[in-house]
Amino acid sequence: MSSVRKDFLHIGLFGLVYMILALLVGNSYYLLIMTIVPVWAVMGLSWNLFSGYSGLVSFGHAAFFGLGAYLVALCMVVWDLNPWLTIMLATAVGGLSALLVGIPTFRLRGHYFALAMLAYPLALLYIFEWLGYQEVALPMKREMPVLYMQFENPVAYIALALALLLAALGITSILSHSRFGMSLLAIKLDEDAAEAAGINTLYWKLIAITISGALAGAAGGFYAVVLLVVTPLAVFGMLVSAQALIFAMFGGVGTLWGPVLGAFILVPLSELLYARYAADFPGIQGVIYGVAIIAVILFAPEGILWKVRSILKPGQFRMLGSTASITDLEADESLLAVSQSGAGEKILEVAGVSKAFGGLQATDQLSFAVKSGELLGIIGPNGAGKTTLFNLLNGFIKPDKGEITFQGQSLMKKRPNKICAMGIARTFQVAKPFTHLSVLDNVVIGAYVHTRSKEEASRHASAAIKLVGLENQCDLPGANLTNKELRLMELARALASLPKLILVDEILAGLDPDAMQEMLLVLEKVRKLGITIVIIEHSMQAMVKLVDRFIVLDHGALLAEGRPEEIVKNPQVIEAYLGKKWLEND
Amino acid sequence: MDALQYLENFLQSLVAGLLMGAMYGLMCVGLTIIFGVMRVINFAQGEFMMLGMYFAYFCFAWFGTYAFFGGLWFPFFLALLAGPAVFLVGVLLHRLLINAVTGRRGNKLEAQGHYAQLVLTLGVALVLQNGGLFLFGSSPVSVANELSYSAWEWGPVVGDRVSVFVNQAQTISALLALVVVIGFAMLMNKSRLGKSLRASADNPDAAIYMGINVDRAHRLAFGFGVGITAIGGGLLASNAPFQPYIGTEYVIIMYAGVVLGGLGSIRGAFLGGLSIGVLQQVSAIILPNQLQNTVIFICFLIIILFRPQGFFGNKDRTA
Repeated sequence: MSSVRKDFLHIGLFGLVYMILALLVGNSYYLLIMTIVPVWAVMGLSWNLFSGYSGLVSFGHAAFFGLGAYLVALCMVVWDLNPWLTIMLATAVGGLSALLVGIPTFRLRGHYFALAMLAYPLALLYIFEWLGYQEVALPMKREMPVLYMQFENPVAYIALALALLLAALGITSILSHSRFGMSLLAIKLDEDAAEAAGINTLYWKLIAITISGALAGAAGGFYAVVLLVVTPLAVFGMLVSAQALIFAMFGGVGTLWGPVLGAFILVPLSELLYARYAADFPGIQGVIYGVAIIAVILFAPEGILWKVRSILKPGQFRMLGSTASITDLEADESLLAVSQSGAGEKILEVAGVSKAFGGLQATDQLSFAVKSGELLGIIGPNGAGKTTLFNLLNGFIKPDKGEITFQGQSLMKKRPNKICAMGIARTFQVAKPFTHLSVLDNVVIGAYVHTRSKEEASRHASAAIKLVGLENQCDLPGANLTNKELRLMELARALASLPKLILVDEILAGLDPDAMQEMLLVLEKVRKLGITIVIIEHSMQAMVKLVDRFIVLDHGALLAEGRPEEIVKNPQVIEAYLGKKWLEND
Repeated sequence: MDALQYLENFLQSLVAGLLMGAMYGLMCVGLTIIFGVMRVINFAQGEFMMLGMYFAYFCFAWFGTYAFFGGLWFPFFLALLAGPAVFLVGVLLHRLLINAVTGRRGNKLEAQGHYAQLVLTLGVALVLQNGGLFLFGSSPVSVANELSYSAWEWGPVVGDRVSVFVNQAQTISALLALVVVIGFAMLMNKSRLGKSLRASADNPDAAIYMGINVDRAHRLAFGFGVGITAIGGGLLASNAPFQPYIGTEYVIIMYAGVVLGGLGSIRGAFLGGLSIGVLQQVSAIILPNQLQNTVIFICFLIIILFRPQGFFGNKDRTA
């Protein structure tokens, strides 16, 4: 909590200084700028809270801003409702519309997501024009100015704008230090790995866009009160979405103060230049924003704050996240143990599963069962469908035909994070670390699925790290690990989710003989905890000593099944997979 | 209105849609080349279209009176000329800016530089449209001539009352668009240059090992892409008034067409653009004019949400 408390101290100080400044400034034009800047800072924070943390670029935040602005303006014109009430409504509508936008749009990633988001505000823009709201002016209320937020003293507007900004900062601080922040970071760094580690990526993205949309709605509502006129282009236009993005990226993506810094530099700059040169150069604001964002992309791609940090601390790797601390390495490995009661019974059953990609039959009528507590090896030549099988088992892809059950429950309609929660964890053939998080944080994210509190997650993570023997690498970023450490880290991340079954994908690939021995010992320890292991491997020799049973795949179909000594002698297997090479090696 | 009247309206809109659609298709082809070869989403594509429009406009204003082709044909000639002119702008811009976040440099950035590319081209779009406001002014202009107001009568098609009027300027523009698309498709498929562009698109690393200058290929692809879209813009310029902000609404139209056709495919992009044109014009029969674009945006959302791989593309597509 201490980091949140520190943030709150900074936020409070910032508010105090800003208020004092506002009281000192006499010029009414400057006071107007001082009112607008916090509104745009809130928009920057709104964008940052979603896109900055999750990595999904939104070009559509104008939709939520514009709905907020029109809601406040129209409610006042039509029903005489006061802005105190309607700004709260605008917040709710912003959040709700963002949720409704998120539900379908999160099917998309990357380019497609960014493009789709662009279409929402622009579609709304034309709808509002068609509805005849080309220009909605807020009526003056001379009788009850305070009720309608029409103050004589401009400092009152600044106080309100500042209050909104402080609230947005507070929300960002709390969220970024919570499981929310870590989960979104994990999504940003590797969405598949996050999902497989038990993070409900859809849920967190929806939460993020809802809060983000609510902030944008509030900013839009307040904007209407300050400017008194709402036009479709001014609130739904491309420039609104662009400004939100530009302030956050200019100041520092994924930071608390970045969006504020961006707005505080760029808004006054463009406003002052506009006031001076608007007659000769009407588009000067847009040019400034465009040039600013081009410069940032070319010279400081993550924004000013990150650039300053890298200049102050050269050569230091950029680390994100900081929830976990390494105090709990006394953790007991038995935390990870699984009850042995059902040992030997079927834990996982694959029945008639087929999966084709275009014309390629990756999995063909595959049926087998895994017994609780066993160590099953899956072998087969390249392209035999081994990794596809794992992707089917942990829910990344769904079979065309067949049925997969785990402890009697069907996995067919479950998302990967649910499958992880049921007790199936996995590692990846090409390791997927969260590169900008420490090893400990990487593993903590794996622990979220079955823990409520930060301490509990940290305890489970510590136990897993201790089991694989990465205590001394806890602080290293995921990007700086050796191949062996990466694979151990992935194993620890899988273990931290308290799995009953672990799918291990080519964990021995590329390891030298010593490292391989070490890895085999770790796997032995995992097995002793009672965790069932299914392992894909090329290295037959190492596997023969390790596994209880083999399954051999060829062209997506089951070729043979049996104890290692049987498989080694099976002529079909030797012909299809091992060939002469194995005979020579033997 | 009776049934024949509806039929006439429908045929009229269909023809207008096909003609507009051919120009949209041309612009979509420009956009899809950039994506196909560079894997870059160019946000500023609409602004390059706008540059093509103003190129045609200013050349017409300055030299229109001396036109040796006769005033009628000069705008179409200028539209074609906008291609090479904006090609040069694109090549220069690629060398100065875009190149820093694409290709192998982009691969070193987060998410292969996708976000950097999106945001950088957004910046370029902002600078071009607002700079355009300064250079070109904010009042709408057009390059209309007699042909823009003349039509051929086709018909009577059904009975003796239903006939369709085909706008002459639009028809010439659509035919030119078709010629440019076919010409470019042949360039891509047959020539050495086209092969090197396609190789760079398929596998940049392998292309480098084969001695292809991938940076140059990207630069050319960006130039071709914006140049072709600018020709589309130049052709549209003789059709309706425009102002510097026009790019934003067209960028969605272009993406709608490109996504409909499957990102990266030339044939798909043209057919996609054609469909969007038809959709836009036919929807105008039942919907008010202001909602034409909303229909396109909503269609775009539906396509991208439910069939992001498009309908007409070849197999080569990745997001």
